[in-house]
Amino acid sequence: MVNKRIVLTGMGAFTPIGKTVFECWDSAVAGRSGIRRITLLDPSPFSSKIAGEVKDYDPSEYLDRRLVRRTDRFTQLAIIAAREAYGQSGLADSGMDPTRLGTIIGSGIGGIETLERDHRTALERGPDRISPFFCPMMISNMACGRVAIDLNAKGINYATVTACASSGHAIATAVDAIRLGHADAIIAGGTEAPITMMGLGGFCAMKALSTRNDDPQTASRPFDKDRDGFVIAEGAAMVVLEDYEHARERGADIMAEVSACGMTCDAHHITAPAEGAEGCARSMMLAVERAGRTLEDVDYINAHGTSTRLNDPSETEAIKTALGETMAYGIPVSSTKSVTGHLLGAAGAMELIFTALAIKEGIVPPTATLQEPDEECDLDYVQGEAREADLQFALSNSLGFGGHNVTIAVSRV
Amino acid sequence: MSLENRVSEIIVNKLGVKPEEVKPEADFQTDLGADSLDLVELMMDFEDSFGLKITDEEASELRTVGDVIGFLEKKDLEA
Repeated sequence: MVNKRIVLTGMGAFTPIGKTVFECWDSAVAGRSGIRRITLLDPSPFSSKIAGEVKDYDPSEYLDRRLVRRTDRFTQLAIIAAREAYGQSGLADSGMDPTRLGTIIGSGIGGIETLERDHRTALERGPDRISPFFCPMMISNMACGRVAIDLNAKGINYATVTACASSGHAIATAVDAIRLGHADAIIAGGTEAPITMMGLGGFCAMKALSTRNDDPQTASRPFDKDRDGFVIAEGAAMVVLEDYEHARERGADIMAEVSACGMTCDAHHITAPAEGAEGCARSMMLAVERAGRTLEDVDYINAHGTSTRLNDPSETEAIKTALGETMAYGIPVSSTKSVTGHLLGAAGAMELIFTALAIKEGIVPPTATLQEPDEECDLDYVQGEAREADLQFALSNSLGFGGHNVTIAVSRV
Repeated sequence: MSLENRVSEIIVNKLGVKPEEVKPEADFQTDLGADSLDLVELMMDFEDSFGLKITDEEASELRTVGDVIGFLEKKDLEA
């Protein structure tokens, strides 16, 4: 049972750099940034005035009017990305038993736009004017609830909430759930729609966001000496994970294997990484060990790489600790947040997709905006341009406030 | 705009149904696809639009479009 192989048979993404997986991958490889001046609200009172917004998003192009009114933006984005992933998997046409189809979707925050709107209504007009849809629209598990309704997925279903590691955990626990026999296939991923007064203002207050407002497209600058914070972004990314035997029997197009995951906690500080980045290092080592591989097998790491002062040198140190310096210097490490910005709860799923596509297509996406690496960041970050490479085995890191660390190990099939 | 048309417009906007579906005999739940949460919100919209309060007891009797029109006409007479 626990030796089941789990494979990727569908992918979907709806982000600042594209409205399909293909568009997102194309932008990531080309280094096309999705970061612009904020349009969803007036950015003038905020120190950070830039973000990754889904461009020209009109929900009515995807969802009927009633569903649009009854869903927070984070749920809408999830439904759109999940439809693409599920459609690509071909499961709908293969007689999938709905009770064996699960949904596990993470969001760092949930329906914060709904929370703010109804809170304002309650203050201005009284608590008896709070919408009866307020609770079911706001709660962070509603993305997976709604996706299940939309795709008739009646199996295991829950949300993961671990800040920027949320969708890393969604995927990691989905892999385990299939191994344990809870489902034959699971739609797993993450979604986030944080570009609101409180979402933006909250991260501004932490001094976590880049204020490179005059140059949005290079503001998310992981590992650069002049990096000055992450760039907030919205979007959703979903995958279909499936029992390999189930996928093989129905003749599915298998994109990659998700071999194993490592999950740890720093137990150190609410936002700062642990001394020596030991939690992140352990999660990478655990993922490799559980995949039955050795550290020499690692061909590529898609880093969490947020572009904050603390994360990037710390994650660099973690990679050296995990792989040993010689091997750490010998493999490409890149951060696709350079072009997506930080999708928070959707970041782990988006980056797992990029990691899987890197293996499948033999292309390492670049850290597109890196100009001059920080002294403490001295690995091969695939600066500026994508690179062809024969990859067999790769890791994707997701780290979240709260000290959460997830590493997902992906293999060529 | 007539009372009937105002009521119809609110229902069309809230439930996303076609204007021609909003007949007096149409039941909100069985004909117009509303669930219990839709009904709460619909009553709030009627309250806001017509400037009155609908108690929970009154709301529980308002099952069809015609019920609402009759209720509002009666309220208007009382006022």
